[in-house]
Amino acid sequence: MSAGARIQLERVAIEIDGNRIASGINLDIPAGEFLCLLGPSGCGKSTLLNIVAGFLPANGSVLVGGKPVHGPGVDRGVVFQNSGALFPWLTAAQNVEYGLKVRGVAKSERRDIAEHYLRLVGLGHAAARYPTELSGGMQQRLQIARVLANEPSVVLMDEPFGALDAQTREVMQRELDRIWRSTKPTIVFVTHDIWEAILLADRIVTMTTGPDATIKTIAPVELPHPRDPMSPEALELYRMLRDDIGAEVSKVLRQQGLKEEAA
Amino acid sequence: MSTIDSTGDAALSSGQGKRRSWLKAQRLKPALLGVVSALAGLLIWQLLSLRVKPLFLPSPLATWEAAVELWQDGTLMAAIIASGARIAVGWSLGVIVGVPLGIFMGSFRWVRQLLDPYIEFFRFIPPIAFVTLAVIWLGPGETSKVALILYTTVFIVSINTIAGVQAVSELRLRAAASLGASRLRTLLTIVVPSTVPYMVTGARLAMGNSFLTIVSAEIVAAQEGLGALIWNSRNYGRTEWVFVGIIMLGILGFLFDRVVRLASQFFLKRYGTTV
Repeated sequence: MSAGARIQLERVAIEIDGNRIASGINLDIPAGEFLCLLGPSGCGKSTLLNIVAGFLPANGSVLVGGKPVHGPGVDRGVVFQNSGALFPWLTAAQNVEYGLKVRGVAKSERRDIAEHYLRLVGLGHAAARYPTELSGGMQQRLQIARVLANEPSVVLMDEPFGALDAQTREVMQRELDRIWRSTKPTIVFVTHDIWEAILLADRIVTMTTGPDATIKTIAPVELPHPRDPMSPEALELYRMLRDDIGAEVSKVLRQQGLKEEAA
Repeated sequence: MSTIDSTGDAALSSGQGKRRSWLKAQRLKPALLGVVSALAGLLIWQLLSLRVKPLFLPSPLATWEAAVELWQDGTLMAAIIASGARIAVGWSLGVIVGVPLGIFMGSFRWVRQLLDPYIEFFRFIPPIAFVTLAVIWLGPGETSKVALILYTTVFIVSINTIAGVQAVSELRLRAAASLGASRLRTLLTIVVPSTVPYMVTGARLAMGNSFLTIVSAEIVAAQEGLGALIWNSRNYGRTEWVFVGIIMLGILGFLFDRVVRLASQFFLKRYGTTV
């Protein structure tokens, strides 16, 4: 497994259709770190992820492994919130093999690698099944396997467990923690769930709400693994993050209220 | 199946065997209603035909006898084969041309912009309007009729395929890109399979239009075929032959559509064709 790559964002600004979405973003993510982008919806955290993925162009400097980002690439795997990103006409194994096939890996080797990663995410038994025959949690695990099979140095995850029920999400969080430990890529994980961030991250980044969003705070999570969300330190961190985000949410509500009055 | 779900509780309480027969009855009910409806239609037809002259409206029995007569002298079979073959050839060629054309036009903006004026212009001109031109340019033989069906099929299939290409989810394209797929590979392995349901819809619509086209083409220029049969019957004052031709068109259309539906369900189910 290739080790993680460092991600450096310097003076990054995003404009979409002439509107400034975010600006002044400086972020240095060391190789192998698990970083969570936390915040309410509409604060530009998915936009930031899409910039690192190369789906959106940005002003400023975006470096992954020291190289500037120009468009999507195999070094940065993306796990999407919506499992519509899976290819429904391919079986689970064929989905995992897709990236390997693109790279020209021989058929027998492809099958072995796919089997390995399917087993890693607990889908060894479901190789021949089609995505529509899998549950929501299994579909997201399949997405993770498909990304890992490409051995990316960076894994970008956009609220990957957002659509799952609470129990499944808990299992998935533990599984992701285990997988990250065994393969050690750099992970950027977008979520609006504070507990999820505390459970998984080395560092948690919160953002101010847009328009013109930027980074608000960067909080290191110095808690031993496996993490106990009921420990006093975790609760303290939770309170701090909740207040941070709460301030941003009420700012948005105030803005909307003012706009309504003006209209 | 929603009717079964909503009343499922009642069925569960009345035991397994009963439930099974009840389910079977539910499934047979639409077919039964169809048969009842068809019989009622025949009855109304029969009653109406008693009140007017056979030249104006022949009875169902007279139509049946005419069908038997046309079958026995080989006219009916020849007409079915002639029309069916023209549709099969023209439609198949149309799908073969229309699908890649639609993919091509849907994928490259400049191709679409280049051809857009023609599509916007010709979409309002029914293929029937080209029958005369087709005969002048391609002669009264098979070519002109096959070409007309090919034209209407290419048009409908490519327009639907373009819509399908444009509807491919951005999510899938992004997923493919970050898995390393080039633009050409994405086109072949993501865009084309994602578009299959639209191609099937286009092909089925085109089948319906092929029947519209073939009848008008055969009326103008054909010795054989169901359209020619319907048109020529007027020379003999045989209204019942007209009815035989019309009913055969309906049956043939139904069968052709069934074949397309079953084939797409069987071969293309994985691509999300739920027709």
